[in-house]
Amino acid sequence: MLDLKNVSFRAESENGEIRIINDISLHLEPNKFIVITGPNGGGKSTLARLIAGISPISGGKIFFEGTDITEKSITERAKLGIGFAFQQPVRFKGLTVFDLLRIAAGKTISVSEACGYLSEVGLCAKDYIKREVNASLSGGELKRIEIATILARDVKLAIFDEPEAGIDLWSFKNLIRIFEKMQQSEGGRSILVISHQERILNIADEIIVLSEGSILRQGSREEILPDIIGTKYAADVCRKLSEEA
Amino acid sequence: MAKMDAIQMQLLQEVAGLHEIPEGAYNLRANGQTAARQSTANIEITPKENGSGIDIRIKAGTTHESVHIPVVLSESGLKETVYNDFYVGDDADVLIVAGCGIDNCGKQDSEHDGIHRFFIGKNAKVRYVEKHYGSGSGDGKRILNPVTEVYMDEGSAMEMEMVQIKGVDSTHRTTVAELKADAKLTVRERLMTHGEQSAYSTYKVTLDGDGSSADVVSRSVARDHSEQKLDLCVLGNAACSGHTECDSIIMDSGRILAVPSLEANCVDAQLVHEAAIGKIAGEQLIKLMTLGLTEAEAEEQIINGFLK
Ligand SMILES: Nc1ncnc2c1ncn2[C@@H]1O[C@H](COP(=O)(O)OP(=O)(O)OP(=O)(O)O)[C@@H](O)[C@H]1O
Ligand SMILES: [Mg+2]
Repeated sequence: MLDLKNVSFRAESENGEIRIINDISLHLEPNKFIVITGPNGGGKSTLARLIAGISPISGGKIFFEGTDITEKSITERAKLGIGFAFQQPVRFKGLTVFDLLRIAAGKTISVSEACGYLSEVGLCAKDYIKREVNASLSGGELKRIEIATILARDVKLAIFDEPEAGIDLWSFKNLIRIFEKMQQSEGGRSILVISHQERILNIADEIIVLSEGSILRQGSREEILPDIIGTKYAADVCRKLSEEA
Repeated sequence: MAKMDAIQMQLLQEVAGLHEIPEGAYNLRANGQTAARQSTANIEITPKENGSGIDIRIKAGTTHESVHIPVVLSESGLKETVYNDFYVGDDADVLIVAGCGIDNCGKQDSEHDGIHRFFIGKNAKVRYVEKHYGSGSGDGKRILNPVTEVYMDEGSAMEMEMVQIKGVDSTHRTTVAELKADAKLTVRERLMTHGEQSAYSTYKVTLDGDGSSADVVSRSVARDHSEQKLDLCVLGNAACSGHTECDSIIMDSGRILAVPSLEANCVDAQLVHEAAIGKIAGEQLIKLMTLGLTEAEAEEQIINGFLK
């Protein structure tokens, strides 16, 4: 499904070039639920942006379903079936929630279809459908709308960057249900979630621990999770793993 | 309507959303002449004696009625100045739809300067919609210089929606309003310029009565080499509240000059101005591109939403 081959990302800073992603290779199987975890600043969001084509990679290659997408634009990758829910969703003056869902669906959709996506993320559709995606929405509301835009699309690989941030307990269960439902739907969907939450790690097929731009650990939940259990946050595991190393 | 041709009908639809003869009172002006006119029991439209325009008199207490006064120009080189005066009786509650569409396929400039004056009675409510539109591929310019004067009596309310999105080469719009006690003015202006167009919009709102209020919001987009100047001024002479906002998106080699000004002559006047000019945020484009739009499509969607 997705293959990263020796992917690296460097950025310019005042103190010269900094390495943010170092020579990462990974292979994601279709129909799997993968969670990337690791400390703040470890490079998780950057890696997601590289996969979506938002930042250009400095070295290496990315393959999606066997096609080399390294040189492909954001739009082309989206059209191939890569979906990306941002860690910090963008606000738009003037565009409504319905507009955004319509754009995501890539075709004209009915209000009731749009409402369906909103209900799935636990928003009372009629209160939101006409609202502008602007500063008047709360952080949690915006996060849920961001998830709904992925549901409205027909994606093969869905990337969620810290979807649980700002989401309350009730919706948490709902969120997990959304992931399960996406995974069960036919067509070989894969889900890549960036998360610090044990409850999300708990349903992963595979866990990747990313720290300082490199993969520290990668393996099945059974292999990795026991090392993470007992730490308060998933991020703590890296300290523990680094100390052991 | 018999005199209207296909181009004129198209213009009519753009500026007034009309496919056929509207209900209620109307006055349709095409190429400098009245094409159709109708008064109703409560709304009387009469030509001015010198032929320079029309008077629209709305009886006190008239509710749920509308007046349409669209103007279309499809002849190259036509220049006209028209004076329309609206007398809105006390307690009336009406919709007024104005607008001008110019189609210029010729070499000469076409120009329509509409001077609208509104005298709004006590506790009357008016919703005013004005759309300006230009089309045609000729070298001749499409020019619109509207002047709108609003005199609001005690407790009256006016909501103005002014839209100019396409095809007008040069516009100089002037809006002046004077409000007595408890009168309330709301303005929503939407402006887009492209090519070599220029638009200059100026507002002067004077809040003379206690409890009067004004909320003037202008949203604009300047593309290509177009130029805009937005001059929003609110004066507070009483215990009043005024808010103005200009919010602009600048693209390509566009130029925008926003000149907000506030003047308070009373210690209880509360006046606020907000102004912002900026290009479309990169993150907004990126988000829509991750949903499968090209950069150009993303830009279109963002602008359409912004100007909606
Ligand atoms: N374009 C850039 N220029 C300079 N530094 C960058 C750039 N992009 C990312 N970084 C830095 O790279 C590091 C990794 O950032 P990234 O956002 O990927 O971390 P993260 O793992 O998602 O963290 P968090 O858990 O806080 O979301 C950070 O130190 C960040 O400041
Ligand atoms: Mg991050």
